[in-house]
Amino acid sequence: MLDWITNFLSSDIMTATPLLITALGAVYSERAGILNIGNEGLMLTGAFFGATVSWITGSAFVGAVAAMAAAMVLNLILAFFVITVKANQVVAGLAINTLASGLTVTLNRLIFGVSTTVPKIDVFDKVAIPGLCKIPVIGEAFFNQSLVVYLTYLLVPVLAFVLKRTNIGLKIRSVGEHPQACDTVGISVTGVRYGTMLFAGALAGLGGAFTSMGQLSFFVEDMVSGRGYMALAAVVFGNYTPVGVMGACLMFGAASALQYRLQTTATWIPYQFWIMLPYVITIIALCCYRKKSNRPACHGQAYAKM
Amino acid sequence: MTKTWQERLRAGLKGLYFPVAAILAAVVLSSIVMAILGFDPLYAYQCLLKGAFGNTNSIGETLVKTTPLIFAAVAFALPMRCGIFNLGATGQLYIGAILGSLVGVRFAGMPAVLHIPLMLLAGFAGGALYGVFAGWLRHRFGANELISTIMLNHVAIQLLAYCVAGPLKDPATAATSTPQSAQMVASVKLPVILPGTRLHAGLILAVLCLVFYYVFLWKTTRGYEMRVVGLNPGAGEYAGMSVRKNQLLAMLLAGGIAGIGGCVELMSVQSRLIQQFAGNIGFDGVAVALLGGNSPVGIALAGILFGALSAGAGRMQMLAKVPNATVYITQGLIILFVVGRELFRIRSRRKNKPSSRTAGPRSMEKEAV
Repeated sequence: MLDWITNFLSSDIMTATPLLITALGAVYSERAGILNIGNEGLMLTGAFFGATVSWITGSAFVGAVAAMAAAMVLNLILAFFVITVKANQVVAGLAINTLASGLTVTLNRLIFGVSTTVPKIDVFDKVAIPGLCKIPVIGEAFFNQSLVVYLTYLLVPVLAFVLKRTNIGLKIRSVGEHPQACDTVGISVTGVRYGTMLFAGALAGLGGAFTSMGQLSFFVEDMVSGRGYMALAAVVFGNYTPVGVMGACLMFGAASALQYRLQTTATWIPYQFWIMLPYVITIIALCCYRKKSNRPACHGQAYAKM
Repeated sequence: MTKTWQERLRAGLKGLYFPVAAILAAVVLSSIVMAILGFDPLYAYQCLLKGAFGNTNSIGETLVKTTPLIFAAVAFALPMRCGIFNLGATGQLYIGAILGSLVGVRFAGMPAVLHIPLMLLAGFAGGALYGVFAGWLRHRFGANELISTIMLNHVAIQLLAYCVAGPLKDPATAATSTPQSAQMVASVKLPVILPGTRLHAGLILAVLCLVFYYVFLWKTTRGYEMRVVGLNPGAGEYAGMSVRKNQLLAMLLAGGIAGIGGCVELMSVQSRLIQQFAGNIGFDGVAVALLGGNSPVGIALAGILFGALSAGAGRMQMLAKVPNATVYITQGLIILFVVGRELFRIRSRRKNKPSSRTAGPRSMEKEAV
């Protein structure tokens, strides 16, 4: 039983991490007033470039950097369309998803062909923290993970602090709430929004890279399968705060972890229903309507200088 | 309605400017991408065009691909006109197809004039229920429909996978592991309308669907209400129109139309229910609707274009060795340029005129998540 709990917790953290990395970036861009439906495509791009560059260079670190850079470029394109050109954010995001899907599949077939042999790539290695990993039950789950996982969870309080207590955070939040007022007092709405988009792009790229180099050790076409949208749902459910988002992601992660366990053990229910579980949980989370939402007032709207 | 036909023609041609500019820009950009990847874009596009319009057979194939896109596009366009984003055409299509197949594999020998409408009705019911469910989640619980419809797609995909592996599995091949339903009976098979090709009567149904879309939205009171609610929900409410009722109805119709689209596929090219048989049709439909500016004629034209891309991609892959997924790069760029149409606005005169901000109903921008 204890083993089961350890495995479950470990698997929960593992599946929650890519969602959390992506969602943390999304919190920032969402707070600045940009609805980024393109998360799915950003993660996919990150997953592909991470795995591919890691395969070429033999270094997971270089792969992760490449994944972040690629997703940043893609998000910059999206930012240009939604901030400068003032295109509809939902539609532009969908376009980015289509683009990313086409680009990654094309490149994947060019580089790896259609062969079924999985190339061996360098992945994010697990690093056990001495001492702490010996704690019964939770030690193995919490303190024997890859560096990316530790960094992600360390990032949560940092990002929460920056958003809530610093000047930068205040600027980001005000740009989402009242861009016109920000403009009046000399804050560059465009600058802040581009900045958050670059940041969110980098994190979504890393989140994607974690799916292909942390959870799996190769790239599969369209492997993100809705997790970009789940990250967005986590942002809504976590009420647009880093700590809330962490809770939401751990919950979604638990649903996925449970799904993996029950698929093999609880076979009296067809496995397809277990695969549905994380998606159903996401829908239920979306239904938890709250009156006092931190959703910025000017969410999803382009800002046009008068 | 006092416009003369010349005025209408002029307006129509003007309406073509942005989509055509977007398509050209996207084609040029994706050619550059192809060239960077080491392909010959000119040869690739030549193959694509030949594969899409080269002979009667390929034209038929293009229109076969166009048919489901039109259903999916209307399933997106109708709710969008009413201020709600339906990204769930995929799921609605599958649920419609599952229900439709229950009718389609039974009642062999029933006259086609009865059997086909019955199956379409079942498909409509399935898709409509699934569509209205997403609408209900939004209005009852405030669940954003953008994400919920996508999650519902994944649920439907798994439900279909379960059905073809379990309760709906073909009893004749039960021993094998192929997850597929029994074959649809002959009386629901849609007739071929262009001899020598696979082009089937489903295209006529798709055109009828566009006619319905036009008449319903622009010629009926309910359609008028829907458009008002989509453009300005506040004004709609003030005039006594219920945003909730209209949006729920829009989702119901949209889901139903997607469901019919799923059934039409079963009655023509598929003939059996299999896992994920619709592939990317749901999202391609969104692209078609956006490129077509959510107008009936626009959807038809954009549907043919995307059908051609899809039909020609196979030949392009075979001859020019360009992976067929490359067309998704082109598609993504097309949508990006369509929605970023301000890029192509010629600003030589009247520089200070406040430009209209974005395409689409205003409520869209405010309502997002």
